[in-house]
Amino acid sequence: MTTYAAAHALPDILPPKRIRTGWVGFLLNNPTITFGLALLLCMLFLAVAAPWLGTVDPTALEPIKRNREPSWENWFGTDAFGRDIYSRVLYGARVSLTVGFSVALLASASGLFIGLVSGTIRRADSIIMRIMDGLMSIPPILLAIALMALTRASVENVIIAITIAEIPRVSRLVRGVVLTLREQPYVDAAISCGCRTPMLIWRHILPNTLAPLTVQATYICASAMITESILSFIGAGVPPIIPSWGNIMADGRTLFQIKPYIIFFPAVFLSLTVLAVNLLGDGFRDVLDPRKSKSA
Amino acid sequence: MFSYIARRVFATIPVMLVVALFVFSLLYIAPGDPAAVIAGDQASPEDVEKIRKSLGLDRPFLVRFSEWFFSLLQGDLGTSMFTGMPVSELIAQRVEPTLSLMLMTLFIAITVAVPIGVIAAWKSGTWIDRGIMAISVAGFSVPVFVVGYLLAYFLALELDWFPVQGYVSFSKGFWPWFETLVLPSIALGFVYIALIARITRATMLEVLSQDYIRTAKAKGMGQAGILFLHALKNAAVPVVTVIGIGIALLIGGAVVTESVFAIPGLGRLTIDAIVRRDYPLIQGLVVVFSFVYVLVNLLVDVIYTVIDPRIRY
Repeated sequence: MTTYAAAHALPDILPPKRIRTGWVGFLLNNPTITFGLALLLCMLFLAVAAPWLGTVDPTALEPIKRNREPSWENWFGTDAFGRDIYSRVLYGARVSLTVGFSVALLASASGLFIGLVSGTIRRADSIIMRIMDGLMSIPPILLAIALMALTRASVENVIIAITIAEIPRVSRLVRGVVLTLREQPYVDAAISCGCRTPMLIWRHILPNTLAPLTVQATYICASAMITESILSFIGAGVPPIIPSWGNIMADGRTLFQIKPYIIFFPAVFLSLTVLAVNLLGDGFRDVLDPRKSKSA
Repeated sequence: MFSYIARRVFATIPVMLVVALFVFSLLYIAPGDPAAVIAGDQASPEDVEKIRKSLGLDRPFLVRFSEWFFSLLQGDLGTSMFTGMPVSELIAQRVEPTLSLMLMTLFIAITVAVPIGVIAAWKSGTWIDRGIMAISVAGFSVPVFVVGYLLAYFLALELDWFPVQGYVSFSKGFWPWFETLVLPSIALGFVYIALIARITRATMLEVLSQDYIRTAKAKGMGQAGILFLHALKNAAVPVVTVIGIGIALLIGGAVVTESVFAIPGLGRLTIDAIVRRDYPLIQGLVVVFSFVYVLVNLLVDVIYTVIDPRIRY
């Protein structure tokens, strides 16, 4: 008589695994985006809610409180003019985020337009691309500096200068995408069905440029914030009266050896904000372009 | 190959022409009157007019551009409005610190970034890879002057390993020169290292999945041999491209780094020129920087043919 070893009792069914869909699922599946978004939203909150977060007027001079170390009264200390650095850093977030988002938006919009024109109209292409080649051979920061040297220091001018410096890269990218799309069978099909060029661009080409453009716009936002701080830091950016992170660091430059905290607080905020945006960009790239995410 | 180089050189001419035209017209439309700046607050309108005439600022755009451009071709970048010295001479005086800084940065960046990228690709998916990639994201996010100040604070002020600021000419000896350049080069190279390491890792990952790598493994070749002899050589083209493109980052970063570390180079000259609205000097600097950038990328194109014999022109 043979006996059979009893198999371990298996549960009737495996415990149900909850698969989340929608926004929550998306965020759970993409930790990079979640983390970057959370960090960016924190900064956005600090920037928007700055007046209600225990700040004082960021431009108020209080000579009696010059160069105070960080304390309960002035969390991040005070600078050489007695201005509260905590308040200045929080208000500085407004400048950086405004510049970052505006440049990302403006540069992608203009780059998209130029790229579409260049990619579809052959005759314009060679001229536009020669101009873009020329602009691209001027290092972007140098181009922004040169543009700022022409104009009055103001937030708007900083945005315009950085946008112009970023446009060539965006239009190159869009043009490249358009040129590959034009070879696609569905574009031929649309043309053979009598689709006119404007409609072809609007309905068949434009939507397909948006994914790489979104990724690029995110990186532009990050690099614009860095460029803004560099411009302000070397005195060619936002007017010194406006508390931007670059300006705060420029103010702390002379006192760096004895009061390093004046530079470190805005530096930490700037780095974290740029990190948040870069992480978002990496996350977007992984989601929108799965082919690339494997290798890079 | 010679005809290829000649064609590439020829192709850069329109690019440089666009740069020249752009730089010139930029400063042509600039608000603010340099003649008035030079004349000072006390000058009468006639004096200002006289200065404007003597500087040739009253002539039409195309005349001034063609004149400027032809003297540019002869190596004459004009005269600085503030110091009255030739721009080319002002630039030549400041070349050494910037050139030293850039070469040192290039050296440090390549020797650090390429092995890091290779290791990240080799150990891909492990914590070593993730750590290296996390550092590289940080490299993109921390601006150059922040790295500069952090290094200056901890390594120079607190630990006193390096001088905090300043520059010592190479002619005063190798060691003092080297010592002053270490921190600025690391600061400037940080983002560059991140960039090169990332592209090295990405290309190496692609190459390491190729059949000939498996063959090399199968015939018993050592890991180091596979990585550095077979794989890296085949991954070199994109890496060299990024090194060339990244020079733009170095040029932009040098302006800031020199200001953080008080290095009297071209970057500082640029900042001074902007503060004083010294247009000929700004023009000259942008043209020179762009020329160097175009030249480096031309060199990169030539290097392709050396590192990858499959590329024939």
